[in-house]
Amino acid sequence: MSDPVTALDGQSITGQITIADAGPTGMVTLRANFASATVMTGLVDVGLVVPDANQIASGDGTTTLWMSPDEVMILCDYDDAEAQAQSLGDALASAHALAINVSDARCVFRLTGQGGAIRDVLAKLSPADLRPSALPVGMVRRTRLAQVPVAFWFSSDTDATLICFRSVGGYVFDLLSKVSEPGSAVGYFG
Amino acid sequence: MLILSCPYCGVACDETELQPGGEAHLTRFGPDASDADFEGYLFRRKNPRGVHFERWRHAYGCGKWFHAARHTVTLEVFGTYPAQVTEPPPDILDAIAAKVPGWEPSS
Repeated sequence: MSDPVTALDGQSITGQITIADAGPTGMVTLRANFASATVMTGLVDVGLVVPDANQIASGDGTTTLWMSPDEVMILCDYDDAEAQAQSLGDALASAHALAINVSDARCVFRLTGQGGAIRDVLAKLSPADLRPSALPVGMVRRTRLAQVPVAFWFSSDTDATLICFRSVGGYVFDLLSKVSEPGSAVGYFG
Repeated sequence: MLILSCPYCGVACDETELQPGGEAHLTRFGPDASDADFEGYLFRRKNPRGVHFERWRHAYGCGKWFHAARHTVTLEVFGTYPAQVTEPPPDILDAIAAKVPGWEPSS
């Protein structure tokens, strides 16, 4: 079996913030009608908690992101993704639902920085409201970063994760590196 | 800059996160329609100077289609609502009536 390789292959750069490839990450996308009793019973059986709108639910080694009213994404260890998708598929076999391993479809970035530096850097590229009151820790925001769709969320004030499609991983890395160059700090978020 | 709240996820979306879908609440005329009705469905848009009902898609977010009511002169947004309706909901009409005296929904 060949080793998983991410689009950025472990690159990282430090400017105002540190932008690093988070490495191979397991991602399972689940589309289903979460208002359906059949679906919810199946999800209880596998122990998956569906987060509220725009929120993140953390479970046993997994993080579940709310993506849309009928879609969630489960982040897990790269090696567990296939089993995770399989167990979800089995649990929802009687419902109209789809669980699929999309680990290699996206690129995951880890952003670390002090103060409001991460929010400042993201605000240069995205129209999202990045005030801590509008995007608190534990909330996921799907939005646009320059010309491409991304999603990001804060795990703490100094630590954020950003995901984008694999094909634009290099573009997103270049963008983030450019706007976090030393000397270009905005300082709006402190 | 136009900011619309997506009624499905509640996110305040910037215009650039959305895909415009043109006039809302059109009656679709299909294969058995007259040429005049089909032409009207395809091409004839009201485009008044004032209150518009529009379709938008939250393309960079949850991906859902929704409707928005807004004023093209004052740029005021009266509200957004889910797309599974054939006419604007009463609360949107009330909000428009309160702000635009004499406005009548056109059929």
